[in-house]
Amino acid sequence: MATRERPLSPHLQVYRWQITMTMSIIHRATGIALTVGAFGLVAWLLAVAAGGEYYACFADCIASPLGQVVLFAFSASLVYHLLNGIRHLLWDAGWGFEIPEFYRSGWTVAVLTVVFTALIWVAATHGGAA
Amino acid sequence: MSHANGQYRTPLKRARGLGSGKTGTGHFWWQRVTAVFLVFLMAWLVGVLVSLVGADLETARATIARPWNAIVLAFAAVVLFWHAKLGVQVVIEDYVHTRAVEIALQLLVTLACALGALASLYAIGRIALMA
Repeated sequence: MATRERPLSPHLQVYRWQITMTMSIIHRATGIALTVGAFGLVAWLLAVAAGGEYYACFADCIASPLGQVVLFAFSASLVYHLLNGIRHLLWDAGWGFEIPEFYRSGWTVAVLTVVFTALIWVAATHGGAA
Repeated sequence: MSHANGQYRTPLKRARGLGSGKTGTGHFWWQRVTAVFLVFLMAWLVGVLVSLVGADLETARATIARPWNAIVLAFAAVVLFWHAKLGVQVVIEDYVHTRAVEIALQLLVTLACALGALASLYAIGRIALMA
């Protein structure tokens, strides 16, 4: 069998920065973060099921400054991954393959991520169970 | 023209005809199916979680125990961990090039996601049945 050197595709460092590459990297990063976050969701369900000091402990944890930061990162990651996921699904359906459309949909996702994350936190701090 | 001479035989030539093992598109397809469901399920879940901010234990339990909430939440947990497993699997395939480490990680992720989904179902079931 011939084991000749196959050409390597140009890698990250030879490209100038584009929003598309950043969006792609963040989609993966948030996917990993959300997988970890999903276990936080399991912890919440188990705490609610167990009740008593377990629920109190969980409530204290997410109310702490660190807990709030983690929760914020989780919410922003979820909004981003969900919106960019819709962008991916539209590509799968064959939509948005013109270069200007890549940029437009990319910036749309970026802006909407900020908007929706802000809306969630406004709702969470001003509405809630009260 | 195809030469019998091995010198001209590329790895691609050897791979041709080996097929996809009949599940080649399965991963792609289920990642999309779960993604479509999760768009709605996660939007719904965020709404539920926001409504439970600062809630006491009884309110949280009553909300989760409502029949449709319990059912949709159970579905969401399964779909979420399935989607997570498919996604992390690809990341490991792309970046971990030591075969033994890769297989160990794949087993670990599969186990963790399965346990995550099962633990969710257990908790939801317990909450739903205690009401």
